[in-house]
Amino acid sequence: MTDLATQPRFDTPPLDVAALREEFPILAREVHGKPLVYLDNAATSQTPRRVIAAFEEYYGRYNANIHRGLHTLADEATAAFEGTRETVRSFLNAGDSREIIFTRGTTEAINLVANAWGRANLRPGDEVLVSRMEHHSNIVPWQLLASQLGIVVKVIPVDARGVLDLDAYRGLFSERTRLVAVNHVSNAFGTINPVREMAAIAHEHDALILVDGAQAAPHQAVDVRDLDADFYAFSGHKVYGPTGVGVLYGKAALLEAMPPWQGGGEMIQTVSFEAPTTFAAIPHKFEAGTPAIAEVIALGEALRWIEGVGLEAIGAWEGQLLDAATQRVSRIDGLRLLGTAPHKASVLSFVVDGAHAQDIGLLIDQLGVAIRTGHHCAQPLLAQFGVDATCRASFAAYNTLEEVEVFAAALERVIGMVR
Amino acid sequence: MSAQEPTPQAAQQALIDEFAMFDNWMDRYQYIIDMGKQLPSFPEEWKTPEYKIEGCQSNVWMHHARDGERLHFDATSDAAIVSGLIAVLMRIYNDRSPQEVMAAEPSFLEALGLDKHLSPTRSNGLHAMLTRIYEVAQREVA
Repeated sequence: MTDLATQPRFDTPPLDVAALREEFPILAREVHGKPLVYLDNAATSQTPRRVIAAFEEYYGRYNANIHRGLHTLADEATAAFEGTRETVRSFLNAGDSREIIFTRGTTEAINLVANAWGRANLRPGDEVLVSRMEHHSNIVPWQLLASQLGIVVKVIPVDARGVLDLDAYRGLFSERTRLVAVNHVSNAFGTINPVREMAAIAHEHDALILVDGAQAAPHQAVDVRDLDADFYAFSGHKVYGPTGVGVLYGKAALLEAMPPWQGGGEMIQTVSFEAPTTFAAIPHKFEAGTPAIAEVIALGEALRWIEGVGLEAIGAWEGQLLDAATQRVSRIDGLRLLGTAPHKASVLSFVVDGAHAQDIGLLIDQLGVAIRTGHHCAQPLLAQFGVDATCRASFAAYNTLEEVEVFAAALERVIGMVR
Repeated sequence: MSAQEPTPQAAQQALIDEFAMFDNWMDRYQYIIDMGKQLPSFPEEWKTPEYKIEGCQSNVWMHHARDGERLHFDATSDAAIVSGLIAVLMRIYNDRSPQEVMAAEPSFLEALGLDKHLSPTRSNGLHAMLTRIYEVAQREVA
């Protein structure tokens, strides 16, 4: 039973969660006969009805390939697609919508930078700094370049709380440092990294900074100009939007100087066998082939939904959920939190003595609670903490304090089964 | 756990009967977990890549040896449910002849409902362990 005396008390919630939940049809479903408690939002957030409706609207009314079409459907699809570029520009407070490139997700955005900017600009011995808390998608592309181009990947260390060591970061720069690739928020621990300060330090050393914003964009307002990020990436399916679409922001001057990565339709100006093929201007130079049109349009809908709710309210509410969950699970005997940074976003990562994460994940699912277990694509970080798997609960705007309690009680029950 | 049944088929049927006694999966999981707690200890020196079973979120090792006509398996996991699954598999497949192992259909998983609950996408290692058992038996038959 809930011990009310020890429950954290809060003033009026910053948003109307009950009304907001009504907008998410999936939240009404049951799993194994129990109401779904969805706490795997750092992997994928759920989508509100209006995002789902955007697909219905697109395929039901104006499905057409974009650009160059003279018919009405193509014109409408193009307008909606390019309109989303403007929505994303505003979402990131970029200065120019040409700085917004649509990709399949954050992973593809990072690979685009690695392959287009990296191959054109990096020489053997040049250095790229990544942190130990990166997702594999911000490690492996640089390791591939290291093996192919002979660049050097240097690692920014992380302390016992899961906080980047900024002094060590400063010390890693050399004359050969060309790029810093770091996440804004750690997917495994939820640490919010001081990317604005890190960008300033990188720029002092004439290095660029690429920020993986996949875990930040759902939780806090991002202003790429204030951060002075050279590149910033995020994914649609973590911002209440669809899978298969993401965004790369890049400063216009950088994007213009970069060669294309993938070749194909959409990204050319003229193609010839007799004269050099010429390429489209940014952003289309980096959008070869037919893009995920419906997904892009639906992403725009998701971002408008977020703006309607307000990222400040979302972040404040998630902060309350995280605080409540942190306090509540800290009472569980033998539970160790991983990632105790002073500034965290929405992620509760933990291990439990005598209960493997896999057992907890499988058993708690029986009680309707969806959490993630495993290495969270951050094996180097987990290795530093001496574990190969953690349990991770991650919160979104639609989660409730009641769900936190259901989760914690379910956790206690399954731990009791295993021990 | 009672003494092992005389044949793989008898063990499978016994498990199916035992599982049917529970009306919900939390109780079945508890039963599986409790079976796992009774597994014999697994020597540390067998925790080598050769005996490691991949495809599982937890660590699983399975050692095998020929014991006369029979195949003897030892296995362990650092996770409770997987340990229980090992116990289930041992009851069916352990200390049988390779021919008996090969003749034992893995369809009991369906009858137990384990196929749905522990599908390969949940990376629990059940299918990987079964594959290893059949591979070992296949090699011994050949």
